[in-house]
Amino acid sequence: MAEQREFFYRRLHSFLGVVPIGIFLVQHLIVNHFAVYGEESFNQAAGFMGGLPFVLLLEIFVIYLPILFHAILGVYIVFTARNNVSRYGFFRNWMFKIQRITGIITLIFIVWHVFETRVQIGLGNAEANYTLMEGILTNPFMFWFYVIGVISTVFHFANGLWSFLVTWGITQSPKSQRISTYACIVVFFAVSYLGIRTLIRFAYGV
Amino acid sequence: MAEQSKVTFIITRQDGPESAPYEETFEIPYRQNMNVISGLMEIRQNPVNAKGEKTTPVMWDMNCLEEVCGACSMVINGTARQSCAALVDQLEQPIRLEPMSTFPVVRDLIVDRERMFDALKQVKAWIPIDGTHDLGPGPRMPENKRQWAYELSKCMTCGVCLEACPNVNDKSNFIGPAAISQARLFNAHPTGEMNASDRLNGLMEDGGIDGCGNSQNCVQVCPKGIPLTTSIAAMNRATNIQAFKNFFGSDSAL
Ligand code: HEM
Ligand code: SF4
Ligand code: FES
Repeated sequence: MAEQREFFYRRLHSFLGVVPIGIFLVQHLIVNHFAVYGEESFNQAAGFMGGLPFVLLLEIFVIYLPILFHAILGVYIVFTARNNVSRYGFFRNWMFKIQRITGIITLIFIVWHVFETRVQIGLGNAEANYTLMEGILTNPFMFWFYVIGVISTVFHFANGLWSFLVTWGITQSPKSQRISTYACIVVFFAVSYLGIRTLIRFAYGV
Repeated sequence: MAEQSKVTFIITRQDGPESAPYEETFEIPYRQNMNVISGLMEIRQNPVNAKGEKTTPVMWDMNCLEEVCGACSMVINGTARQSCAALVDQLEQPIRLEPMSTFPVVRDLIVDRERMFDALKQVKAWIPIDGTHDLGPGPRMPENKRQWAYELSKCMTCGVCLEACPNVNDKSNFIGPAAISQARLFNAHPTGEMNASDRLNGLMEDGGIDGCGNSQNCVQVCPKGIPLTTSIAAMNRATNIQAFKNFFGSDSAL
């Protein structure tokens, strides 16, 4: 039997996109949303997350390694596609293309975001609290950079969820795929709201 | 109608597999109910281009002339389709003809679709019933299953779905939609089902089903209306289950 390694890697890539990366993304945005209830609430929630036992191990195995794998294979997948929306401008073909564009934007955003927060905290240059994010987001350029980054990541997650359901053979019929499109649109708006609402709080204090 | 008296074709030509492509324009007299192939036949009869220069006849592939063999597929005004079923009256002029870019060009509009037949071999898209003695009648097929399987059996290996797929190209080894759907067809057959795991393992080989990224162009362009994306999702499920069986299961000799 010929090799089946690619199949395994692609299924792993798909799985990691939702478990744990997608779950982490939603959890991360929910915890951050505590900022909307005030500085005190945010610091408490962030403090709880940062105080979890074995936090570094959790971060490595639940976040860093999965994202690293998904991102590296993801970039490869992006560059093996020959996008053709000009000839075949169907809705799903656009989603396919935007899934790849948002993958790249998300990569840039995550690298910068992790460098500016987690790495600086690790180096002892910053502390994980409300003031750190307020300092970053009151700069209008960074505010818009974060808005684009969050929307791109959430789009990539929501549309990825749709495609995950197909990759795992859960939605097969055209009808179920259509309904899961609507469900993923709802996910996109709901999770985007969480993220953007939090950014507005940090940037404008409202 | 005066302006209807001529039909203009802009054809991407190529003299051989290794030579560079070039464009040539032809103007031919309009006739009623022309299709692209009758236009090409007109050019073959009188191979003179729009500048009045004598040139070689344009080569293309065809067979059935009724959209069942798939041989005449080419890119017409930007979309891949069968030239025998493309009516000149329904096309915007000038009519642009190109060979399908997914496949190696043999000459002019003729491409080599061998990779599609290799793909059918990879997924064993046949039913192995040859024997030295009469095996008797096979199991019967439920009528509702026969009905959807019949739809899948209409595939003519034309290559239009591969041409439209952003993941079938020279940077990727993705098998393409057609063979995935054929694996589903033969796995649906009551006798073919006996070798279902062989076909699924073929789909899981490198350059198999995993290259699908769900652009779903295939189902939009298939001239036979084959539910390719349903087939792909169904085979996604079946290969995932097969992968678990291969690893955890007990239905192999070792
Ligand atoms: C927060 C970070 C991310 C999340 C939550 C995420 C989530 C997902 C999900 C759920 C899928 C669907 C998998 C499937 O089709 O079965 C997916 C697909 C994909 N991701 Fe990500 N992803 C993230 C980051 C990235 C990054 C940084 C890249 C790199 C460019 C990337 C590239 C891709 C690509 C190319 C696909 C399409 C795969 C395919 O269609 O076969 N992703 N992602
Ligand atoms: S599935 Fe449809 S488009 Fe693809 S090769 Fe078969 S007939 Fe052509
Ligand atoms: S000649 Fe057979 S499909 Fe056109």
